[in-house]
Amino acid sequence: MMGQAIQVLVDAVSVGGLYALTALGIGLIFGVMRLINFAHAQLIMIAGYAVLLFFAQSAALAVLGAVVGAVLLALLIERTAFRPLRGADPATLLIASFAVSFFIEKTMIMLVGSRPKGVDFLSALARQVEIAGVRLQLLQLVTILVSVVLLVATTWFLKSTRLGLEMRAAAENFRMAEVLGIRANRVIATAFAISGLLAAAVACLFVAQTGLVQPRMGLQLVIIAFVGTVIGGLGSLPGAAFGGFLVGVATILLQALLPPELRVFREAFLFLAVAVVLVVRPQGLIPARGLKERI
Amino acid sequence: MSTRGSAIFDGGRIVPLLILIAVVLALAGAAEFAPTVVQRRITQGLINLVAVVGLYVFVGNSGVLSFGNVAFMAIGAYVSALLTMPAAAKGVFLPDLPAFLAATEWPGLAGALAGGAAAALVALVAGFPLMRLSGISASIATFAILVVSYVVLGNWTSVTGGQNSLMGLPIYVGLWTAAGWAVAAIVVAFLHQESRSGLLLRASREDEVAAAASGVHMVSHRLAAFVISAFVSGIAGVLLAHFLGTVRVETFYLDLTFLIIAMLVIGGMRSLTGAVAGAIVITLLTELMRLAEIGVTVGDMTIAAPGGLGDALLALLMLLIILFRPNGIAGGREISWPFGPATPTTETQPRKPQ
Repeated sequence: MMGQAIQVLVDAVSVGGLYALTALGIGLIFGVMRLINFAHAQLIMIAGYAVLLFFAQSAALAVLGAVVGAVLLALLIERTAFRPLRGADPATLLIASFAVSFFIEKTMIMLVGSRPKGVDFLSALARQVEIAGVRLQLLQLVTILVSVVLLVATTWFLKSTRLGLEMRAAAENFRMAEVLGIRANRVIATAFAISGLLAAAVACLFVAQTGLVQPRMGLQLVIIAFVGTVIGGLGSLPGAAFGGFLVGVATILLQALLPPELRVFREAFLFLAVAVVLVVRPQGLIPARGLKERI
Repeated sequence: MSTRGSAIFDGGRIVPLLILIAVVLALAGAAEFAPTVVQRRITQGLINLVAVVGLYVFVGNSGVLSFGNVAFMAIGAYVSALLTMPAAAKGVFLPDLPAFLAATEWPGLAGALAGGAAAALVALVAGFPLMRLSGISASIATFAILVVSYVVLGNWTSVTGGQNSLMGLPIYVGLWTAAGWAVAAIVVAFLHQESRSGLLLRASREDEVAAAASGVHMVSHRLAAFVISAFVSGIAGVLLAHFLGTVRVETFYLDLTFLIIAMLVIGGMRSLTGAVAGAIVITLLTELMRLAEIGVTVGDMTIAAPGGLGDALLALLMLLIILFRPNGIAGGREISWPFGPATPTTETQPRKPQ
């Protein structure tokens, strides 16, 4: 019984970590641009295909390929689609990101077909290990470790480097930051690069877990992580990470605790929670500073 | 004429409505002489037109993007399916249906109106709290509506059949049924946007603060538009269901959402003309792309575009429109007689947020 509880807990924390990384990637972009980046799903997808391309050579090369692929794609969409729209109203940005997301997905389906492909990536990690009488999957522990390291690293970057400080300033009040001499292009491009990096990490962990790559692979992750971004507080980075983590944990706990006939409605509960949070506490659990719309 | 109610007949304000109706009827009339396959495509295009006009009633007038209208289409489709399917078919696909539903066999029109009404009711209940939200939060909330309806309809097996398709719906939607509903949708959207509530909502779209300062209660006008929009979208779902003869929950999710939004954005979401133009132009374009994907046979060789090219191009076109012509084909204006005096317009250019 105790062992089972720990298993569920580890499961919850590892899934929570995955969603926290995804939500942080979405939250970073929202912070600096007020843009909800649907195309984050395609960053994860492209990283997944990079893994597919290189996993036969070596795992390290696959991870490197995933990072390079996702970061390049992130920079590309920033430069071509979102930079010309900077300063447009949020509804336009929302439509643009929806279009970018669909364009990349449909192009990928046209190029490689929509069928999933099997990837034998880091399958050694999928085996069970026994720690103090509890059977755990090594991959889950690795997921937790990677999530913690990346969250700490991102926090360090934002708190302790000049670029990170500029990014936080831009998230708080973009116009003021620009007036004070922060170079908008550099800050926003960096935010996209980091979000690409986070997407690549999520993709590697996710592919190792499922062993599959397909053009729609990032979608489900991003939709759920997006819930986390909203619940945590749009525009707040700790909020995004915490909200993502919370949502991940909640999915696993709902899965474990809900009666079977209600389990299938899990996501409906999550999105009901989104609507409730938006109405009752629109600024989220950890509100962002400086988000209040000015007249 | 000087009474308010007839103001739309003065000064040519009704001209766009007449032209749009004429265009729809002309399209359907032309399709009458086309081969069956093309006729079916145009029928589907007209159904999409109803859906785009439904989306426009809310998005165009309020300026808030909605991802939720496909959910209203789904609700309309399922409600109409449950009310009109032959009892025998329901016995096969939905053995666990509550008794009062299992026996009903309503005529098509009653089922359609019930479908639209059910969608409108859901919009009223969901919109009541959600329409108070500011722009982007409201969009997210409508996305939540989409996901919740997708999950609930896809898993409520005893009533909707869950992941399985419902089959055996009466197929009564042909070219002229679709054209009739398309005209009806255009009339409803036009009357709404020219009504007091519609005009006030458009004022709040242009400048929320100034409208509020002038005493416009934006929330209630948004809610009214949301409910009307859901009704029209619900009808579009009903039409699609009774055109195909089957309902599947997968039909009503992100791909259809994307198609309908793309049509509205490409046509221009700030005018009814844009909504209609987007639906027609994109229907014709996708039809051309479909032909290109089938390819032309020259001797032994078939030259064909790669499958899926149409979808990718549609997304690209939408992106280019947003980047280079943000008000779409129609440019935010209503259509007017090509050689006559310009119709008066309430449009102004959107302001960038301060």
